[in-house]
Amino acid sequence: MIRFEPRSNPGPVLVYGVPVFAAIFAILLAAIPLALAGAPIIDAYGLMITGAFGSVFSTSEMLTRATPLILTGLAAAIAFRAKLWNIGAEGQLYMGAMAAVVVGTGVIDGPSWVMIPAIMIAGALAGALMLIGPTLLKTRMGVDEVVTTLLLNFIVLLFVQMMLEGALKDPMSMGWPQSEPIIDSAILPPLLERMRVHLGLIIALVAASGLAVFVKRTVWGFEIRAVGENAAAAKFSGISVTKTMILVAALSGGLAGLAGVSEVAGTRGYLATDLSPGYGYAGIVVAMLARLSPVGVIISALFVASVFVGADSMSRAIGVSSYLADLIVAMSLLCVLIGGFLTRFKVRFDRKKTAG
Amino acid sequence: MSSAAHSSHKTSPELLLQLAGITKKFGPLIANDAIDLTVHKGEIVALLGENGAGKTTLMNILFGHYVADEGTVTVTNRDGNLEHLEPGAPQAALDAGIGMVHQHFTLAENLSGLDNIVLGTEPIFRLRRDRTAARTKLADLMSGSGLNVDLDQPVHKLTVGEKQRVEILKALYRDARLLVLDEPTAVLTPQEADSLFVILRQLAATGLSVIIIAHKLAEVLAVSHRIAVLRGGKKVGEMQTSDADHRSIAELMVGREVPVSRRTERVPGAPVLRLSDVTIDRGDARRSLHGVNLTACEGEILGIAGVSGNGQAALAQLLAGLDKPDSGTVEIFEAIVTKFDAHQFAQNGIARIPEDRHHDGMVGSMSVAENIAIEDVRSKDYQKFGFLDFAAIRKRAEQAIKDYDVRCPGPDASARLLSGGNIQKLILARVLEKSPKLILANQPSRGLDVGAQSEVHRRLLEARQNGAAVILISEDLDELLTISDQIAVIHAGHVSKAIPTDAIDRSELGLMMAGQTKTDTQQAPTSNTIHPGETP
Repeated sequence: MIRFEPRSNPGPVLVYGVPVFAAIFAILLAAIPLALAGAPIIDAYGLMITGAFGSVFSTSEMLTRATPLILTGLAAAIAFRAKLWNIGAEGQLYMGAMAAVVVGTGVIDGPSWVMIPAIMIAGALAGALMLIGPTLLKTRMGVDEVVTTLLLNFIVLLFVQMMLEGALKDPMSMGWPQSEPIIDSAILPPLLERMRVHLGLIIALVAASGLAVFVKRTVWGFEIRAVGENAAAAKFSGISVTKTMILVAALSGGLAGLAGVSEVAGTRGYLATDLSPGYGYAGIVVAMLARLSPVGVIISALFVASVFVGADSMSRAIGVSSYLADLIVAMSLLCVLIGGFLTRFKVRFDRKKTAG
Repeated sequence: MSSAAHSSHKTSPELLLQLAGITKKFGPLIANDAIDLTVHKGEIVALLGENGAGKTTLMNILFGHYVADEGTVTVTNRDGNLEHLEPGAPQAALDAGIGMVHQHFTLAENLSGLDNIVLGTEPIFRLRRDRTAARTKLADLMSGSGLNVDLDQPVHKLTVGEKQRVEILKALYRDARLLVLDEPTAVLTPQEADSLFVILRQLAATGLSVIIIAHKLAEVLAVSHRIAVLRGGKKVGEMQTSDADHRSIAELMVGREVPVSRRTERVPGAPVLRLSDVTIDRGDARRSLHGVNLTACEGEILGIAGVSGNGQAALAQLLAGLDKPDSGTVEIFEAIVTKFDAHQFAQNGIARIPEDRHHDGMVGSMSVAENIAIEDVRSKDYQKFGFLDFAAIRKRAEQAIKDYDVRCPGPDASARLLSGGNIQKLILARVLEKSPKLILANQPSRGLDVGAQSEVHRRLLEARQNGAAVILISEDLDELLTISDQIAVIHAGHVSKAIPTDAIDRSELGLMMAGQTKTDTQQAPTSNTIHPGETP
């Protein structure tokens, strides 16, 4: 018989070691599908590593991919900290991107130090508003935010599609449903010559450290932690749960919106409906792998991005489906969840003994 | 403590249960340390101990929920032979005739008493149910024991005392030979408790053995034959009840002398809190108040007695600033309250001690220091430009830990590591340190051990001495009678006039708690299921 006994106080080795171990374990597990696909396993791992870290270019690609993941990961982390289950980062990302396009395609013009903050604020605001709505429904009427935010993703995507076929359509796009390009002064400049990694990475890193300080050291962060851990006690002590939730919604939606800004103004240059291959959803995984820690989000986003980029390039080289990347990411999430359980509980195997 | 006086009324009847050398460790914590316990046929054994003394662990081992690291459980089987109980097998315990009545009942509210009792004992693959056999058996059980309940009523229509009887019948119907009752009187009025004791005595006389887990000493002395006291996982004493007295058991439980808190004379001052005709109607008796009038003065403890679920929650929510009245006025410090807001209340010098200290009183994952400062983080003392002043927060916590003797690894430890008593000390430190003028104490000592209880009482009396008005909501009559100046009774959302404690007696209080007004007003209905007064 198997039984689970709670651990009184898991040590730091367990708390920090388990996610790392889970990630490594998941990568090792990937050997099974690789073997099933008939690929040379050792070579495949080698190709994955060189694909993500083998050259300045591949590392730049990996960092480019990590940038939106850090931002959507932070969006999920802060929301989940407060037990606001924001599944709508994908929609908030697109709204942020669309706001950046509206502001950044020539309506106003100015130097970069005006334009970049302008599109960032516009994108963050749009993302924030997208989440404040469902949050108000939750606090006022008890509407489940998982449902509303998830469904809003589809509504937003269709709305974006509609706009790209209509008001926002680039007349020069030869019929493609895409927006006009972001003007040069609003483009997030690349960090390296002829590489794609751009200013968005710095913004994401600043956001992560800012959020870490915010949560740990400010009154609002204190209230967010209190509401998230025990809303009843927070309420009893006089903290307004509604106000705190709205603050969290603004932060979370805003960060997801920034991810959209960073993609549209840093990586792509224009808006199309394939802007995000599910960064909003992947952000949830990133946040869970990071155990909702803002600094941890950076590390887990880098991990997820390298798996994606590495597996992509490996699959091209040896002809294995690139879905392997999704598989590894999903397996590491499962491993982390199981690991999290094992940090909290001890497993005991009792042998059935006969009485006597 | 010796068990020398063995002769009195029982000349060693046959042994039913023997726990020998039971040891159970959870990591470094020794929950049970070589505990021996025997129960004979027809004997009522009280298992006494503070929280964390190991009572629950021991019972969980008996029921096979835990496996003991060392030691054996032996039961006399129905043929009269001693038999080891298979460890870790709840079914074995049930088969051996061990039944448990939990503190929180495990009844399906929408089914009748009969349904609940036979549930799980009937074969599934039969289309028709024949319950005549069950009814005959239950009728026998009821007439033999005095456990009278209308078994055809759905359970939600029964009073708490009746539900408990259904639970006991459920165990007896399954041929229990040993009944374990976990804190059986926690939810009962004094009269209901007394009648439970009569029933238990009768059952014991017919040969049933009973283990009662308790921490109220007076009850234990009233009902049990023998008392076993646990402390810190060890059995520290065992005695015949006839040889025991209140004080010696209390000291045995706590391991040191327990200071008794007593009120000193004090003339109450000006009114601090006045409720006039306050009505809160939430369509549910436990969350409603009907035309409540109440005055509490400086330097006075006003006790609110009542069986749980009679509107105490509504009163507490109101005074905590979490709810506002539908009609009527609340005056605090001679000003009518217009804004009911927990933050405002806390900042205006109202100390609020929540009923459920784990659920409403602390954030487990936050540190002790953060939990102490939680009401005041927005004040200038603890933040600058929105950034928390951790030095100030920690300094306050260090002081509070010292002053209130909060046992914890330090101000940075997670609050979840604290025991119930220490959480309560933490909450007292949080709210009393600001010398409040009005204190709402909702069940402040419930579930606490004797030592922590006396500490809570001492603090409340000290605050009273310093001029605070204290509203003490409690279900523990001993507590109310010991420290309150006046007592009002709450029943079905109505609050009686406050009566000076010195002019009150227990049975009168018990009747009022059951909804019967003794003299002055109209003769109220007899059963406590019927609510006097319609909702307006």
